[in-house]
Amino acid sequence: MNNIAQYDVESIRADFPILGKEIHGKPLVYLDNAASSQHPVQVINAIKELYESGYSNIHRGVHQLSQDATKAYENGRASVRGFVNADCVHEIIFTRGTTESINLVAQSYARPRLRKGDEILITHMEHHSNIVPWQIVCEQTGAELKVVPISDKGELEMDRFAELLGERTKLVAVGHVSNALGTVNPVKEIIDQAHALGVPVLVDGAQAVPHIPVDVQALDCDFYAFSGHKIYGSSGIGVLYGKEKLLNEMPPYQGGGDMILSVSFEGTTYNTLPYKFEAGTPNIAGAIGLGAAIEYVQKIGLGAIAAHEHGLLEYATSKLKQIDGLRIIGEADQKAALVSFVLDTVHPHDIGTMLDAEGVAVRTGHHCAQPVMERFKVPATARASFAMYNTFKEIDVLAESIHKTIGMFA
Amino acid sequence: MENLRELYQEVILDHNKNPRNFRKMEKPDGFAHGTNPLCGDQIDVYLKLTDGIVEEISFDGHGCAICTSSASMMTLALKGKNEAEAKALFKSFHHALTDDAPHPEDVPLGKLKVLAGVKEYPVRVKCATLAWHTFDAALKKLQGDITTE
Repeated sequence: MNNIAQYDVESIRADFPILGKEIHGKPLVYLDNAASSQHPVQVINAIKELYESGYSNIHRGVHQLSQDATKAYENGRASVRGFVNADCVHEIIFTRGTTESINLVAQSYARPRLRKGDEILITHMEHHSNIVPWQIVCEQTGAELKVVPISDKGELEMDRFAELLGERTKLVAVGHVSNALGTVNPVKEIIDQAHALGVPVLVDGAQAVPHIPVDVQALDCDFYAFSGHKIYGSSGIGVLYGKEKLLNEMPPYQGGGDMILSVSFEGTTYNTLPYKFEAGTPNIAGAIGLGAAIEYVQKIGLGAIAAHEHGLLEYATSKLKQIDGLRIIGEADQKAALVSFVLDTVHPHDIGTMLDAEGVAVRTGHHCAQPVMERFKVPATARASFAMYNTFKEIDVLAESIHKTIGMFA
Repeated sequence: MENLRELYQEVILDHNKNPRNFRKMEKPDGFAHGTNPLCGDQIDVYLKLTDGIVEEISFDGHGCAICTSSASMMTLALKGKNEAEAKALFKSFHHALTDDAPHPEDVPLGKLKVLAGVKEYPVRVKCATLAWHTFDAALKKLQGDITTE
């Protein structure tokens, strides 16, 4: 409780310039953090400083600016390593985001290994980006996609997981936290069971890293993917953590500059990790911004953030449950900071427009998780997702705005 | 929220709650399925033509208030129209929602004018036009079927 008592949400909010903005004459209530979070001045300034006084291409020039930019970029990688507790820095590959990280593993790890009759095991609650790359690789190889079902509460059916996991399974790919339901999956248990059969596991951590401390060595996951823009960094930067041994065995995902040691027309020698997987000039500012974002999160403390967000989640859940005609989709025992809901009388898309008029930003739609929508027999949901800077008062505004919405459509 | 009354007018809310011609049609002459992947709206439009005139038209599916009410009003507006009139109405309706420039050839929208407020909400234009696009697809499919015969 000490953490919560000391948690100074107002001083955190002061670090995020956009939170002072008004939308349609109302104070912005930003509850779309699961789609993309906002940026503290520390991140904005890191990127601004780079462009104003430290920018150049990296890993190229002998000149001072290039060396400075290279150092800042690699410092970003070092921050990521510490944040997820990877064994070494070169296990951290910078990508464009979670989607590219997963596609990299699908094409570079899975594709050369899969044969007809092999299986990839995913779950019913995956984001499209943890479904489609596997469908593509299945089409390419003749392998088959197997899906672990979910319960009415929105939890994985772990007995079905154990049944589906078998000799044919060559890879398990599972979301750490569901973006549509908020469910926190028992990834440690999944990894242990898969490893008992020698099956590697990729964890899609896009929705987890802003809310849950992640230790890739303690989890013993083989791959862990996440995006910068959901953890207060910019879009277009993401991370793939992979175990060194696996990454070394994998061929490059893309060819180009920086991923080679030498090129001739007779043949090319690939660069070592992590550069083997970073073809072309990378998102330099993105990596530096992500480093700054991680440092910011570490300064506040992920434990304190998680406690604050859990309080918001419980408050929002109880507030929303009091609203007649509102149904929460996803009521897992272990949930991260989001509430997906539908109203009997108002379509989610209309909810989104109505709440926007009150300055409240929520996401409406299928959340790139259409199988989840189909499982719960809803075309779409409205989703309020919380971050370290959200307040209990903002949840009051959300609830009040939902009441007004229902009133207007009555 | 009160300023949203321009968008969600009473007529629209009424059509949303009690959509007209909201049913699956047995043995339609024309049929098409329309989706808006952004928000998950799905609409089926069914029609029967006699001598090129829309004799019967209905829809089912699910969508937001703008989508549902627009589909409902469309069925009322199109019944009895011939294909040329229907297409002209669609074009004029589309102009009203998306274009500031005058289009002298546009036909009067009648009751459909109530949806003109959607113009101020560009992301919702697709909601209002989904049923029309689906109708258009059903018509085109029908014409395709006819020419292949």
